[in-house]
Amino acid sequence: MLSEFLQFLFSGLTVGATYALVALGFNLIYNASNVINFAQGEFIMLGGMLAVFFSDAGLHWSLAFALAIVIPTLVGVLIEKLMIEPVRNADTVTLIIITLGVSLVLRGLVQIWLGKGVHSLPPFSDHAPLSILGATLVVQSLWVFLITALVVLLLWFFFSRTLAGKAMLATAFNAVAAQLMGISTSRVLMASFAMAAALGAVGGILITPITLTTYDVGIMLGLKGFVAAVVGGLGNGLGAVLGGLLVGVLEAMGAGYISSAYKDAIPFVLILLILFVRPQGLLGARATDRV
Amino acid sequence: MDKKSTIGLIILAITLFIVPFIAPNSYYMDIAIRMAINGVIVLSLNLLMGYAGQISLGHAGFVGIGAYASAILPTHFGWNPLLSLVVGAVLTGLLALLVARPILRLKGHYLAMATLGLGIIIEYVIRNESGLTGGPDGMSVPPINVLGVDLVRDTQWYWIVAVVLFLNVWGALNLINSPFGRALRGLHGSEIASQVVGINVPRCKTRVFVVSAMVASIMGSLLANYSGFVTPDLTNFNHAIELITMVVVGGMASVFGSVVGAVLLTIVPQLLASFEGWETVIFGLILICFMIFLPRGVVPTLAARLRLGS
Repeated sequence: MLSEFLQFLFSGLTVGATYALVALGFNLIYNASNVINFAQGEFIMLGGMLAVFFSDAGLHWSLAFALAIVIPTLVGVLIEKLMIEPVRNADTVTLIIITLGVSLVLRGLVQIWLGKGVHSLPPFSDHAPLSILGATLVVQSLWVFLITALVVLLLWFFFSRTLAGKAMLATAFNAVAAQLMGISTSRVLMASFAMAAALGAVGGILITPITLTTYDVGIMLGLKGFVAAVVGGLGNGLGAVLGGLLVGVLEAMGAGYISSAYKDAIPFVLILLILFVRPQGLLGARATDRV
Repeated sequence: MDKKSTIGLIILAITLFIVPFIAPNSYYMDIAIRMAINGVIVLSLNLLMGYAGQISLGHAGFVGIGAYASAILPTHFGWNPLLSLVVGAVLTGLLALLVARPILRLKGHYLAMATLGLGIIIEYVIRNESGLTGGPDGMSVPPINVLGVDLVRDTQWYWIVAVVLFLNVWGALNLINSPFGRALRGLHGSEIASQVVGINVPRCKTRVFVVSAMVASIMGSLLANYSGFVTPDLTNFNHAIELITMVVVGGMASVFGSVVGAVLLTIVPQLLASFEGWETVIFGLILICFMIFLPRGVVPTLAARLRLGS
């Protein structure tokens, strides 16, 4: 009974950590620009697929992983420069549609380049799985927790202790005022896309040894990451982490106790309920409209 | 109705009349039928997106409910296909009514998320309840029987969908120039201003959402009956994006644009069918380029050009 529960909890927290990384990516871009980047999930796909590609090409893992993070980051910058910058002040629907278009292009290109096959990476360390109170925990999960925690700490340090981080926060708070203070908001926007892409890619590399990857994993992972961001309250960093873990755990529990066939539908039932009851998310401030 | 709309309607009627005589074979008839069906679905979505300013990423779900109502009710329960179509539309309408209030209170990203969630849940139910729906493999749909005649020939279907398309375009043109249509456009501009001048904003939004969903459902039923087979792909996220692409390409808030968008983007997949993968890329590029360079879409942009020229 307990072992079963723990088993679901472990697998939920593991995928939940990935959702948290995606949700943080959504928030970074949202805060810098009010854009919801529907292509966020494709960065996870890119991270995982590129790591597989470079590893298979015979590169040392460190180099393969580095490339699998750097390339999506550059793609992120490119997206911002070529497709978001030109329509900076367009309305929400326009921006949503552009990022949807970007995600189709990335997914299609990877499908053409690497095919429709399902790929995997070897775990980061080949330890035997741990046994905790009758539940097994694969060591890769520990890597996922460790690196996600590290990334969150780094982000926290960046935003609270560095000038660049504070400039980004200021832009999120009030873009015009930030600009008047001499902050280049267009560079902030570029940085946010780069960071969001890197976060996604890291998540993709971490989760691939456990859940495998293919050209179209980005759709679901991205959407669930978005659910996590909305659950935590859009734009709220801590909310994103909690939201991600919560979505992951509820999904795993639902799959285990209710129906595994409906596993992927669970986050969306959750999001509908939350949007109906508390549209600003669990940690979001109540929004007021300016007339 | 103004002069331009009347001219547009006449052109549409003539085109619809000529097509079956110049279509060389049944392959082209098939494409023409799909264009007309898509045209009506896109028109219903455009009413919601273009005029009322409410994005829906779940419209494919409504199409799916209609299609599966027409597949399940006659197959498993022996219902009349026409009755099944009506029941499908009523069910869709009730579902839309149920979720409209809480969903339409949301704006922008939240609305996108909520409609997307609804669409995905519909898709999962269809995918997983394989006892009823045939699961991921889909199921076949019995033909509609009218006065003892099974509708199976493509010319029969062409005239049906052509008339449906024409009536919908005509109805939409009248609707947007009615007080209700002006109210819709008003709340796209500013909900608060609309409220101030006495428009019941929640009721307006709910109505257009329900009508739009029901039209999508009816067209889903017709599509299912025409093609004789349904699969869950009809309800998926990609189909929802395809519909949005059609709205955007043709032109938001343009009745004729909806038809043009549906026509153009029904051809594209046919042309690209042999290049697997490129289809997705090109759809994506179309979306991006239109939003950046031609955000108003083909028809409104052309209309503006012509007006400048004359």
